[in-house]
Amino acid sequence: MNAEDPTAAFRVEARELLDQVEQALLDLSYRLDDAALIDSVFRGLHTLKGSGAMFGFDSLAAFTHHIEGAFDRVRKGRARATAELVATVLAARDHMRALVEGDAISADGEAILARLAAAVDAPAVEPAAPVRPVAPDTAATGGWQLSFRLPRQALAHGTNALALLDELRALGDCTLVAHRGAIPPLDQLAERDCHVGWAATLRGDVPRAAIDDVFLFVLDDMELSVTPLPPVGTAAGARGAAAAPDRAAPETRAPRRVARAVQGELVRVPAARLDTLMDRVGELVIAQSRLSQLAGDRHDLVLRSVAEEIERLAAELRDTMMVLRMVPVASLFGRFRRLVHDLARETGKAIALETAGESTEIDKTVSERLFDPLVHILRNACDHGLEEAGERIAVGKPATGIVRLAAYQAGGAAVITVSDDGRGIVRERVRAKAEASGLVAPGQALADAELLALIFHPGFSTAAAVTNLSGRGVGMDVVKREIERLRGTIELVSTEGAGTTITLRIPLTLAIIDGLLVRVGTGRYVIPLAAVEECLELTAEEDRRSLGRSLITLRDRLVPFLRLRELFATAAPPDPHQKIVVVATGRERVGLVVDQIIGSHQTVVKALSPFHQGIGTFSGATILGDGGVALILDVAQLVARGQQAESALGQAA
Amino acid sequence: MSASILTVDDSASLRMAIRIALTGAGYAVTEACDGADGLAKAAAVRFDLIVTDLNMPNMDGLAMIRALREHPAQAGVPIIFLSTESDAEVKAQAKAAGATGWLVKPFQPEQLIRVVQKVLGR
Repeated sequence: MNAEDPTAAFRVEARELLDQVEQALLDLSYRLDDAALIDSVFRGLHTLKGSGAMFGFDSLAAFTHHIEGAFDRVRKGRARATAELVATVLAARDHMRALVEGDAISADGEAILARLAAAVDAPAVEPAAPVRPVAPDTAATGGWQLSFRLPRQALAHGTNALALLDELRALGDCTLVAHRGAIPPLDQLAERDCHVGWAATLRGDVPRAAIDDVFLFVLDDMELSVTPLPPVGTAAGARGAAAAPDRAAPETRAPRRVARAVQGELVRVPAARLDTLMDRVGELVIAQSRLSQLAGDRHDLVLRSVAEEIERLAAELRDTMMVLRMVPVASLFGRFRRLVHDLARETGKAIALETAGESTEIDKTVSERLFDPLVHILRNACDHGLEEAGERIAVGKPATGIVRLAAYQAGGAAVITVSDDGRGIVRERVRAKAEASGLVAPGQALADAELLALIFHPGFSTAAAVTNLSGRGVGMDVVKREIERLRGTIELVSTEGAGTTITLRIPLTLAIIDGLLVRVGTGRYVIPLAAVEECLELTAEEDRRSLGRSLITLRDRLVPFLRLRELFATAAPPDPHQKIVVVATGRERVGLVVDQIIGSHQTVVKALSPFHQGIGTFSGATILGDGGVALILDVAQLVARGQQAESALGQAA
Repeated sequence: MSASILTVDDSASLRMAIRIALTGAGYAVTEACDGADGLAKAAAVRFDLIVTDLNMPNMDGLAMIRALREHPAQAGVPIIFLSTESDAEVKAQAKAAGATGWLVKPFQPEQLIRVVQKVLGR
């Protein structure tokens, strides 16, 4: 199967075009003055002619040319659309169809053209596009003296003046002098206009037509004077020696160009193909884990070693695949320069955007989906975070506010931070707003982190006045949801008076993760390995002692833990040796109590059905080696839940 | 880095032929199926070069070239138009609209590549 055959594509397209032409003609027969229909027929014929000639359907192109010519006369009002014309062109359409299929009878065509001529009262055979006589190459032995000035708007219209000069130089031994006399003073300078003129001495056996070829696209609109130089006589020998190094230059350039091509050997692939490949790799990973499981059940050492080999290869393939999809964040960050520039103008503040870690690579899809959340965060920073210049100076800060975008990789995640050196989040305003909107009871005791977390609550906005920039009804809750959809986390740190930093942690890829397979009761679950910090045993005694107070001491730090058995209402009795898997997002951590740790498991993430989108505890599902299904735990949600439980206990104590 | 080229044509076969020719020459090609689509794609990413047909439904090539040139971000992006007419009127209209160069259909892939190389200057 070869999908990439333009000729076959043209046949399909030509049939469609002819059908459209037929429909338009049929409509036209009822409304002979309808200009839109006449246009539509003309356009169809025109495309058919152009494309037909491109793909070697010469008789179709030639025949269509006549029909199109007749319709062009109608379009331009030089002939009238009549029922006879429509009928003739309908017949012509059938003939064109036959030409496309390759079973046309040429006598039919001639008869139709004769009918057509009568119908539009015009000569049947109009001359085809006039062929421009090719000017004879007048070789100049001495060369040329040129003086030229490009059209004023040439640069804005995409002409690459430097490329033209290069082309000119490549013709022979060329000396170029720029005339800058016409450049206006700076305050009157239109920066996109071309004000420079050039004089060139072009020596060598250069045909006059070659010079016209260089300026082909601007020739009609430019100033160009060309005068032949007198042939160089005896002086040529003396010049020849001096010119020799110049002549050698193109030869030395050639190998360099080859070297560059090898160095930059890149293949561009449509993203959809990568996605397909990724799907295949995902399926391979599932099949591989089934194989590993089968091999593990048997005491066949040969099978086991093959299974291990395939496991290793699948893991390598997956890693390679992920790298293929990675793009540097530079392109993402680059899009924000303009945004910050515009925000600075709109708000009247002086804002500098600093970026760091632009070479950090993230998954292409992730990069695209981060754009909107980052726009929102940057808007907030510029609009609410940074103060006016006067206010900044009053508190001893430099007048220019700084917004910093940084990226780096940590573990299996890309970390992107947006920080500003503005006023920070004013806690009183957050509280006032939250109380006003009923999110918290007046006077309710809140830890600082809880207070700041309110910002991510749906419908929350701290701006006293809704400004053009941030007050668009999209709150930080939307940002948070989008980041969580990417299986990422968002963290906010803010110091009043000193600024705010928002940290996004995004898994490097979305499609496949390394997971830790655990069992709780009879159900199996996957915990993303990137979030796992360590695994400990929860002894029966510790378990008894900690009842009611779900905290363990981990290297002198109290870490809250969640009993997944309770969370999932598991009926089966607990294992005697329960395990705690400590997971972390950012600086927050929580222990998850499970019955058994089965092992690490490469997991292809399958989204939950829309029915289950609302379930916060799970971020997806995966198919296990034995064909069973395991749910993937949403670590960010569980950590938040654990932290809430801890602070609730803290308040109760 | 290979240059990125947007090809705008309502004919899928022609787009395919252009894409095959240009990707074969090492360019990265994006396709758009009419002027409005071309304008939207050009607004999202700045291409190194745009190759467009003139005669298209849903915003023709001339209107697209004019709209592109009105956009300051698109200043200086070379635009080559394809046309079956070699008549001076269409050429003048397209040039006035801001086109950089042209190619008359039918053309051979090598001719397209030559024009692209000429306009890009490499």
